[in-house]
Amino acid sequence: MKIEVEVVDLSINNLASLCRGFREAADIELRTIASADESRGAQLMVVPGVGAYGAAIGELRSRGLDRVVGDHVEAGSPLLGVCLGMQLLSGSSEESPGVPGLGFIPGAVRRLVPTGNARVPNVGWGGLEARERAEAFPTLTGTLDFYFVHSYAFVPDDDADVLVTSSFGGGQFVAGVWRDNVLGLQFHPEKSSRGGIRVLADVVAWAHG
Amino acid sequence: MAKRRVIPTLLTDGVSLVKGERFRSWRTVGSVVAAARVFSMRDVDELVLLDVRATPEGRCVSPEMVVSVAECLSVPLGVGGGVNTLPDFEATLRAGADKVVIGTIAIRDLPFVSAAAQRFGSQAVVVAVDAVDDSSNAVAIEAGSVDVDMSPIDLALKAVDAGAGEILLQTVSRDGLQGGMNLPLIEKVSASVSVPVIASSGAGTYEHLLEAFTAGADAVAAGAMFQFTEQTPRGARNYLAARGVAVRIAD
Repeated sequence: MKIEVEVVDLSINNLASLCRGFREAADIELRTIASADESRGAQLMVVPGVGAYGAAIGELRSRGLDRVVGDHVEAGSPLLGVCLGMQLLSGSSEESPGVPGLGFIPGAVRRLVPTGNARVPNVGWGGLEARERAEAFPTLTGTLDFYFVHSYAFVPDDDADVLVTSSFGGGQFVAGVWRDNVLGLQFHPEKSSRGGIRVLADVVAWAHG
Repeated sequence: MAKRRVIPTLLTDGVSLVKGERFRSWRTVGSVVAAARVFSMRDVDELVLLDVRATPEGRCVSPEMVVSVAECLSVPLGVGGGVNTLPDFEATLRAGADKVVIGTIAIRDLPFVSAAAQRFGSQAVVVAVDAVDDSSNAVAIEAGSVDVDMSPIDLALKAVDAGAGEILLQTVSRDGLQGGMNLPLIEKVSASVSVPVIASSGAGTYEHLLEAFTAGADAVAAGAMFQFTEQTPRGARNYLAARGVAVRIAD
């Protein structure tokens, strides 16, 4: 049986490459959902996102997709947030003060602070430092570089929720979070060449159980 | 700091893949999509697609072509050619570009750079700075056909102030000749601006790429070298890594 994947469509970005990446990664049944009625339920739900935190949360709410995603997580089903989608898993963001996030993983999103040579936005290829439990996603534990485009990063309250980090300006930021059935990746797997596709395959395998 | 990038450039006349010298004498050399497929298989860091005839012909790079190239790729794509309005900019991004290269319009209408950066984020805005030649204090617009009295460094600084997230630095007199890059200019602009500089024009060997990175470039773009010689982006990464340049680690 093919695993079913639903990708949340907020019409603020081009989903084609992410959908293509997933289809290349694994033999799945994938559809995009732009409103609550379009959801038929899936083993894996994906929240992508480009743009501002507040605007994305607003779009999710106005389409009723915050409830769809919330019910999905409550039922214990796997959820993946990519880039801004990972940040939305938090409780709040400095980018949009006063806007509550989805709150699946306690913590706040903070602006990257440029130091030394590091520039904001952080754009380009960077490596990962994996925590031990990242072994559940083998590609994250390798030496490959992945493609980042962001000005903010998620700071979870509980360090145990951190999955991988990446270096920036002499320090580290959280490049992946994982708590139970909720997973977030700050980099763009769909723009990270073959290594990125392998990460998506790891995610599908995880969701498959 | 992000890894140094090696970027193949695809030039098109709107229909085919073309090759020129000094921004002129364009000749057809193949298919854009076929070339994009080859570079995708070769696992490049990023790809740039420039429609060199768009501005002279008063049109914008076609979204259909962008879609057909983006479909081949799982790495970032920069696209340029006659993008002069916010709707054109948005259409190019929606077609699958991750960033848009703007040139002529950035000189004629600097506030457009700000408007685009505000709307789409500075990471999506690449300003092309086309120095006329090594010595000159002039930059070229209209695909190299018109010179404007402005130093390339001034233009780069203005563009970054206005919100450009990256500078594509070219030198018309060296373009397409594979004789080496404009190192003094690469060094000056890289030292002056706070955003990544993609050095372009004149790369013909791995050594030329190394020289550009040593001069301070964050990325080097090359067309002819990767299309008409045995040299590959992967070969370039290996060569550079062996000489201490922090390039992307691929499998």
